[in-house]
Amino acid sequence: MTVPTPDTLAPTAASGRRDARAPSRRRRPATARRLVLLAFGVFFLVPLFAMLEFSTRGVGGRSFAAWRAIVQDPDLVQAIIISLELAALTVVGMLLLVVPVATWVRLRLPHLRRLIEFICLLPLTIPAIVLVVGIAPIYAWVTYLLGDSPLTLTFVYVVLVLPYAYRAIDNGLGAIDLRTLAEAARSLGARWPTVLARVVVPNIRGALVSASFLSVALVLGEFTLASLLNFNNLQVTINLLGKRNAAVSVAVSLAALLLAFVLLLVLSYVGRRQGSSGVTEEG
Amino acid sequence: MSSGTGRRRFSRLVPYLAVTPFLVYVTVFLLYPTLIVVAGAFTDDRNRPTVTTLRILTESVYLRAFARSIELSAVTAAVGAVLGALLAWAVWSGARDGPLRRSVTAAAGVLAQFGGVTLAFAFIATIGLSGLVTVFMRDHLGVDLFTGGVWLFDMPGLMLVYTYFQIPLMVLVFLPALDGLRPQWREAVESLGGSGWEYWRHVAGPVLLPAFLGAVLLLFANAFSAYATAAALVSQGSPIVPLKIRGFLTSEVILGQQNLGKALGFGMVVVVAVVMTLYALLQRRAARWLR
Amino acid sequence: MGYLELRELKKSFGGVLALDGLSLDLAAGELVSLLGPSGCGKTTALRIVAGFEAADEGRVVVDGKDITGVPANRRDMGMVFQAYSLFPNMTALGNIQFGLRLRDVPTASRRQRAAELLELVGLQPHAAKYPHQLSGGQQQRVALARALAIRPKILLLDEPLSALDAKVRVTLRDEIRRIQSELGITTLFVTHDQEEALALSDRVGVMSEGRVEQLDTPARVYREPATPFVAQFVGVTNAIAGLADGDAVLIDGHRLPAGGAAGHPRGAAIRLIVRPEELRLSSVDDGAPGALPGTILTQSFLGPVLRLVVRLDSQNGQLLRVDVPSREAERHTPGSRVAVEFVARSPIVVPA
Repeated sequence: MTVPTPDTLAPTAASGRRDARAPSRRRRPATARRLVLLAFGVFFLVPLFAMLEFSTRGVGGRSFAAWRAIVQDPDLVQAIIISLELAALTVVGMLLLVVPVATWVRLRLPHLRRLIEFICLLPLTIPAIVLVVGIAPIYAWVTYLLGDSPLTLTFVYVVLVLPYAYRAIDNGLGAIDLRTLAEAARSLGARWPTVLARVVVPNIRGALVSASFLSVALVLGEFTLASLLNFNNLQVTINLLGKRNAAVSVAVSLAALLLAFVLLLVLSYVGRRQGSSGVTEEG
Repeated sequence: MSSGTGRRRFSRLVPYLAVTPFLVYVTVFLLYPTLIVVAGAFTDDRNRPTVTTLRILTESVYLRAFARSIELSAVTAAVGAVLGALLAWAVWSGARDGPLRRSVTAAAGVLAQFGGVTLAFAFIATIGLSGLVTVFMRDHLGVDLFTGGVWLFDMPGLMLVYTYFQIPLMVLVFLPALDGLRPQWREAVESLGGSGWEYWRHVAGPVLLPAFLGAVLLLFANAFSAYATAAALVSQGSPIVPLKIRGFLTSEVILGQQNLGKALGFGMVVVVAVVMTLYALLQRRAARWLR
Repeated sequence: MGYLELRELKKSFGGVLALDGLSLDLAAGELVSLLGPSGCGKTTALRIVAGFEAADEGRVVVDGKDITGVPANRRDMGMVFQAYSLFPNMTALGNIQFGLRLRDVPTASRRQRAAELLELVGLQPHAAKYPHQLSGGQQQRVALARALAIRPKILLLDEPLSALDAKVRVTLRDEIRRIQSELGITTLFVTHDQEEALALSDRVGVMSEGRVEQLDTPARVYREPATPFVAQFVGVTNAIAGLADGDAVLIDGHRLPAGGAAGHPRGAAIRLIVRPEELRLSSVDDGAPGALPGTILTQSFLGPVLRLVVRLDSQNGQLLRVDVPSREAERHTPGSRVAVEFVARSPIVVPA
C-alpha cells in the first residue's frame, strides 16, 4: 500500500520555535475530547480484541493451540524468517543507496535536489499494483541471474521505501550543519569516504534509525509485489494460510500488528532523543 | 597538487559519478517498469503503437471498475478525513510528547501502512461469518448481520475496512497541520473579544482548509492504489481496478488483450498523478501561510 | 487609586513561584513598563491582566471594577504579542478589522476605522498584503493597529520589539510612544531591554523574582536606584568595596566623600555602586588626596562617550569603567596614570 509520509502535507510551525512561556492551553472541552477518544478507542480496539478472541477459540474454552501452531508450521516459520531477512537487507540497501546521494545533493549538487526529490516521491505516485505489472519482465531477468530466492525482492523493496527513507535522512541532514562539518573535516585532511563514515553518519543516527524502522515496517507489511511475483513472504503466507486455517492466520496477523506497533512506539522515543541539536543562546 | 585543466574537469564530475549508481538503480527498478506499463498501454499484441488497447478500457466492464474504485476511494477519503480530523484534534489537545499522542501515532502508523492482509483478517475475525461481533449480535441481540448477503467480501465490506486504515492515515497527516496553529492566534482572537468558536470559524478553519483538502486528496490516492486488503478479502470477482489487474496477472490472458493489464495500470497512474499534482499545489499554498 | 491596579498577585507554575505578591498602579493614560530579566514574572503579570492566566491569589481592578474573574474575551483590552500573532489568512486590513467584525460593526464604518488605523501606523500602501508578505516591523505595526481598532480601555504589549532588528526596534519604539500619547491610552509594556523601558515610559517598574523592586520615573530609577538589583540591572555600574567612616568611605587608605555611608556603623564593610559617568579622572599629581590611583587599560569609542577601563592600584587591581566625553580621547591614552574620584553626588551605599 503506497502511503505518503505525514509531514509532506503541512510544515510544522517554523523551525522549531518554541513558546517559552508556560503552556496556556485553554481548558479544552475536556469531556467532548474524552468522549471522542473513547469512541475511537472502541472502534479501533474491537477488531483487535476480536482477533484475540477468534484465535483462542478452543473446544470448551480458550486454547492457545493456534498461537502455538505459529512456530510449528514450517511454511510460516520459513516465511517469517524470509521477511526478517528481507527487512534487514532492505535496510542495508536503503542506507547504502540513500545516504551518499542525500549527502552529495546537499553538499555539491544542490541543483539536482528537485530531481532527486521528485524521483524519491515517484514510488508514491506509482501504485504497487501497477509497478508489479512493469517489473515482472525485470524480475524474470533478475531471477535468471540470481536464482529463485525471495530475497531478490530486496531490489524493489528498496525502491518502495525510498520516499520515507529519503525524507527522514534529508531531514536529519538538514538538522545538522552539514556544510560546516564537512568543510571542517576536509580542512583537517579527511577524504570523502572518511567524511561520510566518520562525520556524517554518526551525526544523523536518529534519522537513520527512523528510516530503518520505517523500512522494516514497510517490508514486513508488504504483500502486493511478493504475491504477484510469486514469492512467499510473511504476508503472502498469512493470506494463503487463511484459506486453510483461519485461526492461525488471525493469530499471526495479530502478532504482526502488535510487533509493528511496538517497533514504531520504540522509534518515537529513539527519535526524540536525537532531536534537532539547536544551538542554545546563553550569554 | 597539480591543477591541470584535465584534472579539474574530472574532479567536477566526481559528484555526478557518485550519484550515478542511484540513478541507474532507480531507472532499472522504477522508471523502466513504469515505462513498460505506459508504453504497453499504447501497444497492441504485435508490439505496434495503437490506441485500441486504451479504447477497450472504455468498455462498460472496465469503466464500471474505475467507477467503483473512484467511489470507494472518494467515500472512504471523505469519511476518513472527517473522522480522522476529529480524532487528530482530540489527540492534539493533549500533551505534545505525552504517551497518548505517542501511542496513537504509533498505532496509526501501523494501521495506515502495515495493514493490508492483517487488517482483512482482523475484520474477518470481527464481522466475518463466525466473527466475534457477528456471533454476539446473533446470539444476544437476535440480529443477523448478513441477511442481505455476505457483504464483507464485497464493496460495502471494502468501504468499512478501508475506513479503518484511512482514519489513522488522516491522523498522521493532519496532526502536523494542527501543530502549525500558533497559540498566539487563539489568544489574539480572545483579546479582540472573540470566543473559541469564532477562532475556529475565522482563523483556524480557513488556515487548516488547504491542509485538510490536501489530506482528502492523499487519502483518495491511498485508497485508489490499495491492493492488499482487497486481495485478501475478495476472492471472487474483481469489482475494483487493482483486482482486475490481478486478474490479468494471474489467470489466462485472452488473445488480443495482453496489454490490457498495462492499460489499466496506465489508467491508474493517470488518476493518481492528477490527484497528487493537485495535492502538491495545495501544499504549496498551505506552506505559504504557515511559514 | 489608579486606573489599572494589580493587587498582591501571586502565581506559581508547578511549584515554581512566578509572582510573589506583585502590586502595581497605573494612572489613566500612563505608559508603564515592566522591566526585568527573563523569569522575573513580568510576562506572567501581563498575561494575568489580559486574562490568559489566572492568578492564584490577588485581584486585578480596572477603573474601580474587579475583573479578576472576567474571561479574557470580555476584558476590553488590546494586546500586542511578541511575534506571529497576525492571522495568516487575512490581509493587513482584514486583520485590523477583525475585532470590529466580531462586534458586528457595519462594513463601511469598519473599513473606515481600519483605514484610519493604517494611516496611524503608516502602512496604507500595504493594506492588501498578507502577513507573510510583510516585514517583522510592519507586522508589529499591523498588530498594534489591530489591537487599537476596538478602542480598548487598556493596551498590553508583550515584548513587541524583541524579535525585531535593532534599527527597526528604535524607530518602532518611538512610533509606539507617539501613538500612545496621542491616543492617551493606558498602557502596560513588558520588556527585558532597559534602554527601551527608559526611553518609552512614564514610569518603569523594575521586577525581580516575582516582585516590583522599584516603580518610578525613568530618571529616578536610573539615578536613584532603590535597591542594588535595580542599580545593577539598569545601566552599567561599578561596585567598589570599602569601610564606612562617617559621611565618607575608606578605600585602601584613601578617604572619599560618600554621604550614604553615614547610615552605617563606622568601620562596617560596605559597597559603593557608581555609574561610569559618575566617576572623574584627574592626573595622579594634582588629584585630591581622596582619589584612587590607577592605570588606564583600554579605551572603547562608543560615539558620544569614551569608555575607559581603569585598573586600580588597590583593591586587588579591580577594574573600573569610567566614561569621559569622547573629545577627550587624547588625554586618556592606555597606559597613562590617573586618579579616580567620585563626581559630587554621593554614590549608593549598600552593605557588603
